Amino acid sequence: MTEVAQLLVNGLVAGTILAVPAIGFTAIYAVLRFPNFTVASHATIGAFAGYVANTAAGFPAGAAVGVAFLVAGVSGVITDEVVLKPLRPSGALTAAIAAVALTIALENVIRFIWGNDLRGYDLPLRRDWQGAGLRIGPQQVENLVIAVVAMGALFLFLAFTRTGKAMRAVADNPTLAGIKGINAEMVARLVNFVGMGLAGIGGMLLGLDTSIDPLTGFRVILSVFAAAVVGGLGSIPGAVVGALAIGVAEELSLLSLAPAYRTAVGFVAILLVLTVRPRGILGERAF
Amino acid sequence: MATFAGLYALLALGLNLVWGMTGMINLGLVGFYAFGAYVSALLTKKAGWPMPAGLLAAMLLTAGAGVLMALVTARLRGDYLAIITLGFSEVVRIVASNEIWLTNGSDGISGIPGPWRGQVSPATFNLIFLVIVSAAVLVVFAALQRVRHSPYGRVLRAIRDDDQVAAVAGKPVIAFKVEAFAVSAAVLGLAGALYGHYTSYIAPEGFVPLISIYIVLALTAGGTGNNVGAVVGAFLVVFFLESTRFLTGGLPGLKPVQVAAVREFLIGASLIVVLRFRPYGLVPERIPRHATPGAG
Repeated sequence: MTEVAQLLVNGLVAGTILAVPAIGFTAIYAVLRFPNFTVASHATIGAFAGYVANTAAGFPAGAAVGVAFLVAGVSGVITDEVVLKPLRPSGALTAAIAAVALTIALENVIRFIWGNDLRGYDLPLRRDWQGAGLRIGPQQVENLVIAVVAMGALFLFLAFTRTGKAMRAVADNPTLAGIKGINAEMVARLVNFVGMGLAGIGGMLLGLDTSIDPLTGFRVILSVFAAAVVGGLGSIPGAVVGALAIGVAEELSLLSLAPAYRTAVGFVAILLVLTVRPRGILGERAF
Repeated sequence: MATFAGLYALLALGLNLVWGMTGMINLGLVGFYAFGAYVSALLTKKAGWPMPAGLLAAMLLTAGAGVLMALVTARLRGDYLAIITLGFSEVVRIVASNEIWLTNGSDGISGIPGPWRGQVSPATFNLIFLVIVSAAVLVVFAALQRVRHSPYGRVLRAIRDDDQVAAVAGKPVIAFKVEAFAVSAAVLGLAGALYGHYTSYIAPEGFVPLISIYIVLALTAGGTGNNVGAVVGAFLVVFFLESTRFLTGGLPGLKPVQVAAVREFLIGASLIVVLRFRPYGLVPERIPRHATPGAG
């Protein structure tokens, strides 16, 4: 019983962290209507930006996450402007193909600079907290707090600021938003910045738990897709619900499957949800 | 090298059937390729099946996987198929790396039988295999060319351009899509199976997502929608791969991992450049037109 409870705790923590890049993926989908697979490379870029800030500049994990957000966000805007935006008129699927090519190109920029070695963050060693037969690492808790703060900030931004409302309007009905004078191009840039920034935070949070290498982002991509699709592609609350569900399901799968299959759980979840409820748990409404 | 170009041509032809002709995406080409390779390798090596039976089984099972994915996403936007195929290729790699009792894990399967391997000199073996692969390319090419010029191919193109119009015209769109995807998956599986028998060794690391990019690049550079373009593109890509190996080999002061990174970067970047500046490829698609019998 404790084992299940422990796995549930781990799953909820993992799911909360997974929600961050999943929100990034789904938010970009909601506004730009194509699956931007570069979340994989931007998670890696964020992880490495945070790594540099942490090990070379000596930032603590919390501040390094801010660097991860900024660098991944800026890279997201620039690469979209240069590579993906000109291709969007040729169709969502052409842009999706280009995004896969772009993610491989960016991943290799990282590989060129840092090589394939596993790298760890410079973190203080701390003992796990225990209680009621459960254990949780202080780093896990810190990651959880960072993830929740990032998501809370995003919700406040989308709910209360003028720009946030404009983003939701474009996601909901681009034509109507255009008539109302909302600049769709600015909104596109903004959603790329925020979405890829969140992917960057996600990549770094995953790396804080283990280690990072150029494939950090690619390894988690299946879970990110699964979270977004299970919750309803294009729905931000859906991404959160989906990520929690995937996080818990992946951990519970450890009861009967080898750990390597954790990511395959996401794929099975996508197949099941698309068969039973193709719009996902919360449907496609953006917010 | 020519054999590899032939295998890539098969993959590009398979992709052309779904992406070029039907407008469905498959971003997990390498997953189908790997799946076919493992099926045939396991059946011939562990179960002792003859190679043609292994090839056939590879085609059937890959087609089955394709049917499953096409059916699940049949009523949804193409984005879902993109996600699910990309996911599939990862799952194939995970399973291949971890079901050690079956696939030998990351050590891979070696000693996959090939036709007359060991009885003839390696050069003759390569020649035999080149003939087999060329024959496969010719047969698939001829079959897909036939599809392209048939009323069936016309329906596929109609679905690509506007599936609602095709549905209004009374065509069972979903059935067409699933069939096209299944046939394409079978071709990809065939290419994978041939690859295994040719190299006699397969391992999960041999099936990286980059291969999917090679093939999309081949088809886009050659001419999407065009079987001739698919074959031409495949040869171009193999030539390009070999020449980047040659070029990056001459870069001074770089570690091997950096050289590999430069090559992979160039491949990703060239696909982006082709998509942007030469979206119709070298051999642009020409919609076949036939004189209507009895007209005029």
